[in-house]
Amino acid sequence: MSESAPTRPPPTDREQRVLQIIETARAKRARFRDDQITLAHGAGGKATQTLIEGLLVPAFGSETLQALGDAGGVTIGGARLAMTADSFVVSPLRFPGGSIGELAVNGTVNDLAMAGAKATALTVAMILEEGLPSDVLRAEVEAIARAAQAAEVEIVGGDTKVVPRGLADGMYLSTTGVGAVDPRARLSTAGLRSGDQILVSGPIGEHGTAIMLARDQFDLDAEVESDTCSLWPAADALLGCAGEALHCLRDATRGGVASVLNELARASGVGLVVREADVPIAPVVAAAAELLGIDPMYIANEGRLVAFVAREAADGALAALRRVAGCEEAAAIGEVRPEPPGMVMVQTAFGGRRVMDQLVGDPLPRIC
Amino acid sequence: MKYVDEYRDAQLGQAVATQILSEVDPDRHYKVMEVCGGHTHSIYKYGIDDLLPANVELVHGPGCPVCVIPMGRVDDGIAIAHHDGVIFTCFGDMMRVPGSEHTLLEAKAQGADVRMVYSPLDALRIARENPDREVVFFAIGFETTAPSTALTLKRAKAEGLRNFSCVCNHVTIVPPLRALLESPDLRLDGFIGPGHVCTVVGARPFHFIPADYGRPVVISGFEPLDILQSILMILRQLRGGRHEVENQYRRVVPDEGNLRALQVMAEVFALRPHFEWRGLGFISQSALRLSDAYAEFDAEQRFATPSVRVADPKACQCGEVLKGVIKPWECKVFGTACTPEHAIGTCMVSPEGACAAYYNFGRYARQREAV
Repeated sequence: MSESAPTRPPPTDREQRVLQIIETARAKRARFRDDQITLAHGAGGKATQTLIEGLLVPAFGSETLQALGDAGGVTIGGARLAMTADSFVVSPLRFPGGSIGELAVNGTVNDLAMAGAKATALTVAMILEEGLPSDVLRAEVEAIARAAQAAEVEIVGGDTKVVPRGLADGMYLSTTGVGAVDPRARLSTAGLRSGDQILVSGPIGEHGTAIMLARDQFDLDAEVESDTCSLWPAADALLGCAGEALHCLRDATRGGVASVLNELARASGVGLVVREADVPIAPVVAAAAELLGIDPMYIANEGRLVAFVAREAADGALAALRRVAGCEEAAAIGEVRPEPPGMVMVQTAFGGRRVMDQLVGDPLPRIC
Repeated sequence: MKYVDEYRDAQLGQAVATQILSEVDPDRHYKVMEVCGGHTHSIYKYGIDDLLPANVELVHGPGCPVCVIPMGRVDDGIAIAHHDGVIFTCFGDMMRVPGSEHTLLEAKAQGADVRMVYSPLDALRIARENPDREVVFFAIGFETTAPSTALTLKRAKAEGLRNFSCVCNHVTIVPPLRALLESPDLRLDGFIGPGHVCTVVGARPFHFIPADYGRPVVISGFEPLDILQSILMILRQLRGGRHEVENQYRRVVPDEGNLRALQVMAEVFALRPHFEWRGLGFISQSALRLSDAYAEFDAEQRFATPSVRVADPKACQCGEVLKGVIKPWECKVFGTACTPEHAIGTCMVSPEGACAAYYNFGRYARQREAV
């Protein structure tokens, strides 16, 4: 519309100065200044970012850590390895489509897969609450074993601790994983290039929606199952098809697709444009999210990845992805642009545009 | 979703946008206020700004219920939440609204039992399930949410629940609008009327806007086509030199409102002589308290609270931003003392407030125009 419509007057000196102040403030490294930890620090948004980038990364001083990848790279005896850890505190322990045991295996397998590595071995640490029924524990141990078998990964170590009643929500799990980085992989959070196409491996928001509904806080029944699964087959297919043209992989866990896109736009210093109408989302998830007043782009997934593929390789990569079981509904949802750096734009299905920002903490339902 | 997707049709949206373009005088700058926070959210979510000519500016009004709660009230809520044995319940987006020192989310981290609910009835259920605990509901919102609080209190009374009470922060929409309109430096050309509030109060309470102040009002639905059509209707009134209340949201809003809801509200609530609004100061007869018949459920009477008024910092100019007198960046504290991380005024508290939106996206908006 801008050609035919009247334009606003150019910015005044004062406005320019204010914009400059904001730019300077935004460009500063995140600082961790909060008096205490709140749940927002665990939600994958801006508060998590201040914790990681403002406290952990500077304290540990590791170059690998600074890349803020899903897994860290280690070279031992010339072999490129990827290594990662993940903890699981989900409530309820079992939910439609999965359970904490399955998440604990897939979460770590997926973090490695996003670094281009097939998981070779996992360790599992368990923090159990006094009074946890043995049947519940047994069921989760079996779930861990099944998921490990499905992901073709060996469980080579672990630990168990028991804490007094009330100090853990049934059980917490923590897994560590290691795997060799695939020689085809040239993945980096800073690797996004203008023209790259953004792919998602399937309908979004199902895991988080399933959990919210399983908590029984709302009088809302819907058939939604968690999407938890190993993403290695998807990563493998993309690497096989696109090779070096595959620039980055990320699984869209807490904070959802929106948070992942924001992190990567910042890490690569590029702008991203998402076509809302092309984002696959099950009608039941869209309806539940709308009722709860939450944007599905911020809802957690446990078996969905976002891939950035050079334009010329994108069609082939999407076709390859769709041939992977569970990824039949994969879609190209947008592309990388040079401007505006660090920002994610959405072309809304209605035809407008907006900025898709990072949240501070959990998406909170709106009252109106 | 059936009956909803029809109102989100992009082609129809383009068609209305084209009509809007043909309706505007290119030499005139239009400022239209959407009164309700729900409209602000839709405008943001669907990118409606982007479909408007650059000389049609939307000004976000005072109708975001969480943003207008003054810091002192949040402090009182936090003090009650810290009482022994209290389960403090509130709507989700209230959790991050800053008091003078803390938010309810931070109070929760410090050990207060603060729980998010979707409806006051959830709070009532928690009260039934925890007879040995005091359950407090922090009620906020305009006439949209007030009836559900009223019905909940009626039910609590009928059930004889003694461990349930309510901090009543309900506000009414007409007084702040009148306060805005009274201002001699007002720069608004028309109003998108708050559809949800109107389902309760009807269209009549808004007739004073054209009658006394000569500005058009169009009561609007919340889907993107509703809002675009309402803007078109306002522009048509302006072009035709008319000013009246029109009802774009006829499918939901009856002119006389919802009489049963109004009746329940009249029974459970009474008008406060005055109430403080964040960024707008004290506005007389702009809020509700529990009526004498429901005084036993009034948490403000049941619990000791600091009840200290925490003044908005003097430099905060939210009032002027809301009136369209100044731009966010012209405010003295914008971007320095007042940022989204440490918000002072109502316009910065909500991510959709005028100042927060400008802080986050102002640079982009300028770039977009340059393209």
